[in-house]
Amino acid sequence: MVDIKDYGEYKTAWCPGCGNFPLLKAVKKALVKRGLEPHQVLFVAGIGQAAKAPHYLNANLFNGLHGRSVPVATGAKLANPNLVVIAESGDGCVYGEGGNHFLSAIRRNIDITLLVHNNQVYGLTKGQASPTSDQGFITKAQPEGVLQSPFNPLAIAIAMHAGFVARGYVGLEDPLVDVLVQAIGHRGFSLVDILQPCVSFNRVNTYPWYQDRCKPLPSSYDPTDWEAAIRLSQQWGDEIPVGVIYRNERPPFEDHFSALRKGPLVGQELDHGQLAKIIETYM
Amino acid sequence: MKSQQSSKQKIRREKKTALLTEGRFLNILIGGEAGQGLQTVGTLFAKSFVRSGFSVHVTQTYESRVRGGHNTFSIRAGSEKVLAGQETIDILIALNEETVDLHRKKLTKHGLIIGDGEWKRKEKNWIGLPLKEFGEKIYWNTACVGVAAGLIGLDEKVVAKTIEDTFGKEHSEENWKILNVSYHWLKEQALEWEKLPANPKPAKRLMMTGHEAVALGALSAGLKFCAYYPMSPSTSIAQTLIDWAKDMDLVIEQAEDEIAAINMAIGASYAGAPSMVPTSGGGFALMVEAVSLAAITETPVVIVIGQRSGPATGLATRTEQGELGFVVHAGHGEFPRAVFAPGTIEECFHLTRKAFELAEKYQGPMFVLTDHFLADSYRDMERMDISKLSFIRPNDNSSSVKTPYLRYRITKNGISPRLLPGLSEHLVVVDSHEHMENGHMTENLFLRPKMVDKRLRKGDGIRSEVIPPDFQGDKKADLLLISWGSTRGAIEEAAVQLRAGKKKVATIHFSQVWPVVPDHFVKHLEQSKKVICVEGNATGQFAQLIRRETGFVVQKRISRYDGLPITPEYILRHLQM
Repeated sequence: MVDIKDYGEYKTAWCPGCGNFPLLKAVKKALVKRGLEPHQVLFVAGIGQAAKAPHYLNANLFNGLHGRSVPVATGAKLANPNLVVIAESGDGCVYGEGGNHFLSAIRRNIDITLLVHNNQVYGLTKGQASPTSDQGFITKAQPEGVLQSPFNPLAIAIAMHAGFVARGYVGLEDPLVDVLVQAIGHRGFSLVDILQPCVSFNRVNTYPWYQDRCKPLPSSYDPTDWEAAIRLSQQWGDEIPVGVIYRNERPPFEDHFSALRKGPLVGQELDHGQLAKIIETYM
Repeated sequence: MKSQQSSKQKIRREKKTALLTEGRFLNILIGGEAGQGLQTVGTLFAKSFVRSGFSVHVTQTYESRVRGGHNTFSIRAGSEKVLAGQETIDILIALNEETVDLHRKKLTKHGLIIGDGEWKRKEKNWIGLPLKEFGEKIYWNTACVGVAAGLIGLDEKVVAKTIEDTFGKEHSEENWKILNVSYHWLKEQALEWEKLPANPKPAKRLMMTGHEAVALGALSAGLKFCAYYPMSPSTSIAQTLIDWAKDMDLVIEQAEDEIAAINMAIGASYAGAPSMVPTSGGGFALMVEAVSLAAITETPVVIVIGQRSGPATGLATRTEQGELGFVVHAGHGEFPRAVFAPGTIEECFHLTRKAFELAEKYQGPMFVLTDHFLADSYRDMERMDISKLSFIRPNDNSSSVKTPYLRYRITKNGISPRLLPGLSEHLVVVDSHEHMENGHMTENLFLRPKMVDKRLRKGDGIRSEVIPPDFQGDKKADLLLISWGSTRGAIEEAAVQLRAGKKKVATIHFSQVWPVVPDHFVKHLEQSKKVICVEGNATGQFAQLIRRETGFVVQKRISRYDGLPITPEYILRHLQM
């Protein structure tokens, strides 16, 4: 039986009080709840404070480039669909630098779980606005306030019929763990946008700010109702719903490849007879 | 029948001196606009040559458009190995009248023009076909090829079989009919022309383009995954793999952009699937950050760059050798690599295999540099014995590693034990940050130089496996021609012609352009009276590379950057200047 201790405890490079701490703990709990051993899991991280998270637990890890966690995760999943693949990074990395990959992963419905630490600000580069910063949010780099309207990842994902779309908040541990357990178990692309404060650079969206607003969805809510999900995805401000907002059962991307019906690409033998036949066609 | 009689050609061609039997060559140019099927009929014509036992070399030129414009498909055929293309034309097959005007000046003394009789051309070598009587317009291209094939004596049965293999039996009927009509029509004419000698070589040879050879080389090396974003001229590599994906159990994915393509390939390779990304200069520019990622994570990946005219969009469907400096230096930070530049179809196959082997062995990015010309150039080649070729098996033997498993264990040769994630209890941790031996990020400045040195030590291994350049000719030559990549055939044939004029000429071809080992070739440069580097770029990138690596200054360069491939004639013309 896997135990949370199997995932280890490490010193981190994060600020005291960072929202990453409860998030890391929730991820470990979810992995244990799913009964996954560390070697069965592959984390793929981008760059940023959030992307450091998988360094602080025991699992396979590919820590790649800023913005590019999703394509690396996609390639790894296609090479070996037996891996439980979790891409993890921040809002700037996934929605900004990696925006094109985010959209394409939804279209593919590749069976990876995308965990986005959303603190609405850039931490590692010290406090610039992020794609999810609210309009008017003042930073050192945006002294007049953010001019753009914020990116709404949930609305985009639901509009594109993403396989699984959820929002978590690090201050509500049990609902967050529950959402993560479901996301990892979902066959298809799963987005979990996780709200978290940045104690160093975001003085607006603080623990008390979120605590007053984040409300778990009632058990009566039906996440398969697309129109209801679209409406819910627009809700932001006084009340912010957390939980599984939308899900469907589209077949995952890797199911479409005949090569993968025979098992993972890794370890497959080269069929010399078949190759010789192919060469014949060039005669 | 009546009209066939009436259209009987008056031209009586004096018999040509034996072209092919003397080991000389015949050049056929098919010209027309995009959408006229000249590539289809050109390919089947070239294949008919190969099946009849001849060597071929195809040069294609086309504009960046789907319909219209002016495209050419030149087949140079010979009874001995054809090394390069030819600018002069023995038979001009004009699928539109513009082709006659554009190319008639390139006709050889006995050259012929074949086209639609309705154009009523006045050229003395004009052969106008009554195409309307032959059949429907969409088959006219086959008719023109049929007449040309008949003229030079290719067996109609060979052409018909090639038609069947190209279109499939059900779509061949109409093509067969018009082929037969054109062969018959030709017999009715009083045309005489040099016939090819009968079957000078065993017919069972292969014909493929440079990029098909790259794709097949990759397949034979064990490729399992390819991600790409369409871009000329390298889409053809991905397309060839797509054609065989079901048979060979491959995953080929069209990515959202080149950045995604290479990151996917790196992810797939990390998880154990030998991976490749084909692209061109502009696409490669987008991939460069990930080249550096493959280097520091020590993940095998093969990158094929089909060069075309730059900068930026440049001439999208024209050839150039302008990315040498870019590819040799691409990627931030310092790390070892190998760059191959095949000059023949055989090299396209074998050097792609070599790139896969090195990528796996030295765990990093390896490169194959082709170009638009080579990508599309059909050539004949010997059948290879596939069963004797080894293929890549990424290491999944977890019992072979010391525990605790350290992905980046510091070793003497710099090569660390690569395991695959999920296949054992060992955790495989890789990182784009500088990292510790266990793969986790570090800012330990004492460890940093050790890790840099570890990675660079792999460069010593790569260097020890460098393919020496191929030197041919007199060791103390009056003239030494240097080539790399696709210009190989042009310099070698130019040398043949110069030697026929009693000149002491040598050639040296580099099919690996990085790293280069001065001991392999400097003596040749120093022993020759005059050294000329022939390359398809404006600034002499390879000449510069030689100077930087050896101190040897190449006195003269022959450059071409008008979008067309370097030909033997081009070299000979520039030698006279």
